[in-house]
Amino acid sequence: MDSNAPAVAAIPTDRPAIDVRGLTRRFGQFVAVDNVTFDVRRGEIFGFLGSNGAGKSTTIRMLCGLLEPTSGTASVGGIDVGTDPEGVKTRIGYMSQRFSLYELLTVDQNIQFFGGIYGLDARKLAERRRFVIEMAGLAGREGTLARDLAGGWRQRLALGCAILHEPAILFLDEPTGGVDPLSRRQFWRLIDTLAQSGVTVLVTTHYLDEAERCHRVALIHAGKLAAIGTTSEVKRMFEGRPILEIRTSSAVDAMRVLDGAPGVEKTSLFGTAVHAVLHSRDESTDAIAARLREAGITIDTIGPVAPSLEDVFLDVVDRVSGSGQSERAQRVSHASGAGRGAPASERAGESEGRSPSDGNDKASRA
Amino acid sequence: MRKALAVYRKELRQIRRDRRTLMTIVFVPAFFLLLYGYALNWDIKHIALAVQDRDQTAESRAFVSAFVNSGYFDRVADAWSPAEIDRLLDLNTARAALIVPEGFGRDLTAGRTPQVQMLINGENANTATTVMGYAGNIARSSGAALVGVEARIWFNPELRSTLFLVPGLIAYILMITAVISTALSVVREKESGTMEQVRMAPIDTFSFIVGKSIPYFFISLASAALIILAAMALFGLPMRGNWVSLLFAMSLFIAGALGTGLLISTVAETQQVAFQAALLSSFLPTLMLSGFIFPISSMPTALQLITTIVPARYFLVALRGIVLKGTPIVLLWPQMVALTIYALAMLTLASVRLARERR
Repeated sequence: MDSNAPAVAAIPTDRPAIDVRGLTRRFGQFVAVDNVTFDVRRGEIFGFLGSNGAGKSTTIRMLCGLLEPTSGTASVGGIDVGTDPEGVKTRIGYMSQRFSLYELLTVDQNIQFFGGIYGLDARKLAERRRFVIEMAGLAGREGTLARDLAGGWRQRLALGCAILHEPAILFLDEPTGGVDPLSRRQFWRLIDTLAQSGVTVLVTTHYLDEAERCHRVALIHAGKLAAIGTTSEVKRMFEGRPILEIRTSSAVDAMRVLDGAPGVEKTSLFGTAVHAVLHSRDESTDAIAARLREAGITIDTIGPVAPSLEDVFLDVVDRVSGSGQSERAQRVSHASGAGRGAPASERAGESEGRSPSDGNDKASRA
Repeated sequence: MRKALAVYRKELRQIRRDRRTLMTIVFVPAFFLLLYGYALNWDIKHIALAVQDRDQTAESRAFVSAFVNSGYFDRVADAWSPAEIDRLLDLNTARAALIVPEGFGRDLTAGRTPQVQMLINGENANTATTVMGYAGNIARSSGAALVGVEARIWFNPELRSTLFLVPGLIAYILMITAVISTALSVVREKESGTMEQVRMAPIDTFSFIVGKSIPYFFISLASAALIILAAMALFGLPMRGNWVSLLFAMSLFIAGALGTGLLISTVAETQQVAFQAALLSSFLPTLMLSGFIFPISSMPTALQLITTIVPARYFLVALRGIVLKGTPIVLLWPQMVALTIYALAMLTLASVRLARERR
């Protein structure tokens, strides 16, 4: 599948909650967001994946009416963010990784404040307050200072404050950073509930297991949209390119042997295992195994695996940045120890420190 | 309005729980008042006094005794010539010298007012003022109906008194509470990320500024009132003018100071930077260039020009006028106009920058 033509899901018949067309933002010479087009349906949980600095936050800031697009349009809840940024703000809720609460205010006082700046009247505020306290499981803690709350509670209170005004669209910017797995699970259950009630959720995340919970995901890299669709749709870019997982104690040596071997497109390190992407289904596992043994490498296990989102992610990063074999060594040194569930940024970040000569090197070889 | 109110209530609640800010706002002014008040005044006793009694009559001896018996002066030396007095003062053996001229007794008996000369080491203007005050009182009450005391203050011809300094102190303290606390309160929100959260909300810049600055406005006013009342009680500061005029002048000044604080907060990203910016743009000019400590008239012309953009300069003139002289506010219109321009300029700049930052 051609990476320049991302997998596009069926276009919804009703008007999308978020409609982005050719959105671009420059900061001087730097293009932070480059001609991005996508839409998000009502009630959809839409995952926005990408490494740090890929342009996720810039996109969200534009969609929230905080940053003017350099070109392109975006309509959020039917309102154009370029012409009516303040109007957008009444329709959206926003919550960031920092769970921006006032530490010195109590749970109740935080709710009062955010209700106040969204213009809720006393009756409405009382009603929403009850809802939020119940949703976040904060009953009995109304008088606790926000700074004294544990991470999971803070996170849910921040979410509650972001939806006090019952926004139709919710932006979550890495909402689960620094929260324990149990709280993350609880949080996602809340997101599911919100989506079921018709709220559109656009969430950015580093956690690829969280991305699997999204209805659709978009992969953004270097400001460009690299892939979009359901998680199984984006994984289809590996159709006809099987992935072999090789477990061995000498993974780095195995990669060196397989890189440039016939039939092997590329390799990458997944924790202690090596993933080798093969050129076609016709390549034989046995031939690869034989080649490794020939080089004196002991194989614990070898066999095909289904592509994970992380494979997709690495593939996208490689394609967009014109990856070559020569950078492999660098990636190995960085990625060793990074587990399968580790934040994608740890891997994707490696592509940023690369010297331009790597690309040239690859080009000359190709 | 509801939004501004929400910001206002939140800010008050935060201030109440934030010990550090509260300490800065409440205790720093009190600390400064005591510190400066102590340095400026307080009982000065046992001043080393040199005496040159050129009259040598019963009357002149009684007059000198009155000085010693007051407890304020210790007679440390007798001098016989002006040169000797110079030497005693130069060596710091004596801090003050009393010269009773010939004919003192005769003049006093004849019902004329004799001229007595008092020399005071004026290195410390505040001590000198106090000493002169004591000497004047003693001279007046010592037998003769009125004795002219001629004071020559050698090293600091421009006299300053506590009363003269208190208005400067008020300006200084208002700058601290208003500029620093507003700037820090906004920058702290930037650091904690709540600012971004607030920006995502449909709240206009005006409501935000109003809600954010009104608590500090009232705290600053209260702080100023506290200083004035304390100065009245401790240092006998007169309040000769109109309280409403005073309130008006202070409000204008505080509005400008709050604007300055907000403006700084739009530039600074960290509390340290905000503090430094406040220090450079507000404290130092108020301290050095407002006429608070160093008289503007004795500055080089270039510096004098710079003082024209220091708001505290106008505020000080107005404050001294209202408090010390009871000057009606209409006569202070140039100062009021200057302060209004300052307040409008700062608040406008801050709103424009804040609004731009939101986009």
